[in-house]
Parts: sequence; structure tokens; C-alpha cells
Amino acid sequence: MTRNPDRPLSPHLTIWKWGPGMLVSILHRLTGGALAVAGLALLTWWLWALAAGADDYEEFVTLAMKPAGLVVLVGLTWAFWQHLLSGIRHLVMDSGAGLELRTNRLFAVLTIAGSLFLTALTWAIAMGVWA
Amino acid sequence: MSIGTSSTPLGQVRGTGSAQHGGEHWLRERLTSAASLLLGLWLILSLLLLPSLDRLTLTEWLRAPSGAVPMALLVIVFFVHSVDGLKTVLDDYVHDEGSRLLLHGILIFAGVGGAALALFSLAKIAFGA
Repeated sequence: MTRNPDRPLSPHLTIWKWGPGMLVSILHRLTGGALAVAGLALLTWWLWALAAGADDYEEFVTLAMKPAGLVVLVGLTWAFWQHLLSGIRHLVMDSGAGLELRTNRLFAVLTIAGSLFLTALTWAIAMGVWA
Repeated sequence: MSIGTSSTPLGQVRGTGSAQHGGEHWLRERLTSAASLLLGLWLILSLLLLPSLDRLTLTEWLRAPSGAVPMALLVIVFFVHSVDGLKTVLDDYVHDEGSRLLLHGILIFAGVGGAALALFSLAKIAFGA
């Protein structure tokens, strides 16, 4: 099949005016991609290291606790919450609800606020803020 | 039910499409998203509630059925949902038919291989590493 090379192809990030709906839509893809590639690699490595023995697990923990490791862990935590909340938004939209402009924009903004809050909450609990 | 008689948009496309599976892929992406939500919350809450994250505590947790079974389901569901999601991304952004087919193949190989490695590791822990 031939196509006209002058016609734009996805992704259209440089064509549309940015808004909350578009931001959350592309974030859903980016966080999904990050969770699928980096998240699953980390999960598999973690399980493998746990199974391999004490030395391998020690090595995993040492690398994970380095500054770069913590950036990845916090980043994946945020990606998890953003993708989860945005995913719920998508399930609602699949049912035909929440497509009105104001509601749609509000839910989009709420997923971002919610993911930042839940990421902070998760790490506050993990670091024993209330212990 | 015969094709095209359903009154819902999903019902109308199930069983149609070039490979007859367009509706099923869409539906599976949503079903595994619901399962991922439950299992993902289970994993985060479990890690936060465990008394410590040292190797002994974690292997003991994954040796019990209450840890090993949800973790096995999580690995399967996360990998299936990830392969489905990345396939959708490839479908949208890779416009050359040949490259897309090749990348679909690599994606499935990587997904099945990764899931097998994760499940083997889990089994090794659950049955006594």
C-alpha cells in the first residue's frame, strides 16, 4: 500500500496544542513503557537475585540503594501510580463516561496530582516517617 | 452469537478484523489491567507491611502460598499486560509492515522469556532456595 509522505503519522506530539488530556495520554504510554521494560527487568532481576543466594541479593540491594538506583525506584513508583490512576480514567472513558471537556480535563489533572501524592506517601511509609 | 448483531461496540467487533482477534486483544488489555491493579496494590502493600526487606524475610514470605501464588499471578499478568500494551504502541508508531512484524516477534520472545525466568526464580524460592 502506498501512502502520501506529506500526511503526518503518529505520534502527533508536535502538531496539537498541549492540554491536560494530551499530557496524561502520552504519560500513560511513557509510564506503561517504562513499567514494561525497566519495571519488569527490575522485578525479574529482584526475583532472580533472591533465588540465587545471599551474595547475589546483597549485590542487588547495594546497587538499588545507590543514588541512581533510588532514582529508578522512585521513578518507577511514580510511573506505577500514574499508570494506575490514568488506567482507571481510561476504563471510565471506555464506558462512555467522563468525555465532556470539563470532566475530562479535571480527571486528567487529578491523575497527576494523585500520582505525585501517592508516590510521596509510598516513600514516606517506606522510609518509616510514621514508624 | 453471530457477528454484528450485538448492540455494544465491543460486541460488534469481536470475531471480526483481519486476524479475527481485534476485539479479544482490546478486551484482554482491559481485563489484565484490572488484575494488574489488584496485584500491583498487593505487591506495594505487602512490601510496605513486611517487617523487613532482608533476604530471609522475603524468601519466607514467598515460600508461603499466600505470597507465592499472588506473586506467580502478578508475574504472568504483568507480562501479558506489558506485551499487549507495547504491541499497541508498536502498532501505532511503527508504520513499516515488515519492521512491525519483526518487532512484534521480538516483543513476544522477550516477554515469554522474561516471564519464564521470573517464574523459575519464584519457583526456586517457593520450593526452597
